[in-house]
Amino acid sequence: MVAQNIAFGIVAAIMVWGALRVVTVKNVVHAALWLVLVLAGAAAQYVILAAEFVAITQVLVYIGAVMVLFLFGTMLTRARIGAEQELNNNSWWLGVPSAGILLGVITLALVSGFGDEELPKDAAVVTTQEISDQIFGPYLLPFWALSFVLLVAVIGAIVLARKD
Amino acid sequence: MLVNQFLILAAVLFCIGVYGVIARRNAVMVLMSIELILNSVNLNLIAFALRNGSVDGHIFALYIIAVAAAEVGVGLALVLLVYRNRKSIGLEELSEMKG
Repeated sequence: MVAQNIAFGIVAAIMVWGALRVVTVKNVVHAALWLVLVLAGAAAQYVILAAEFVAITQVLVYIGAVMVLFLFGTMLTRARIGAEQELNNNSWWLGVPSAGILLGVITLALVSGFGDEELPKDAAVVTTQEISDQIFGPYLLPFWALSFVLLVAVIGAIVLARKD
Repeated sequence: MLVNQFLILAAVLFCIGVYGVIARRNAVMVLMSIELILNSVNLNLIAFALRNGSVDGHIFALYIIAVAAAEVGVGLALVLLVYRNRKSIGLEELSEMKG
């Protein structure tokens, strides 16, 4: 289990560093590229947690589709490619105590709630078959609802973004 | 592996995302921070799925990924519309609904 912990530590450090860069960097395109690093790190954590199908979906949907959307959005709103000075609010410093207090409270709750409980060792990798058995079995109705959500989102995005 | 190491990593990412939502002025940057928040929730769900030995957490994570993709699509369409009408995507200029 030591190898998993080392992998976790390295990936976690990269993810936290990337996330900090996403919210502090002065350039929108660079922020999008740092976000790619965080999303790839999340995919690696899913592999460590024996969730291969979710990891692959993360890479396909987030790194593939969502990042392209973000880069297109950045381009179409003509954000300058260079650094921007006015990327933060005037009251941006209020976010530091808010996020700090939130982190403190959540960490306190987690430490008192789970302590040093271990994850089950040598757990079997969850296969795609098990996931599809669940989706097309007990979770079929939410799956239909999700299909409609996607349809409505696509139509809504087209209606909003087209030029009359 | 402890349960808490994944949960605390997710909490750190969540709080960084919250900071980004509060601090950023550019609407696209706020959407990126929201993606950070959604990802931390997914990490939590997968960790709990392994802890409980159940597949339900994976299903929830997949549904959240799909909803997040829809959210980004609609959100960027809205940002595009705002940009077309105002030539700016600064969030502090959208203050019509301020009391």
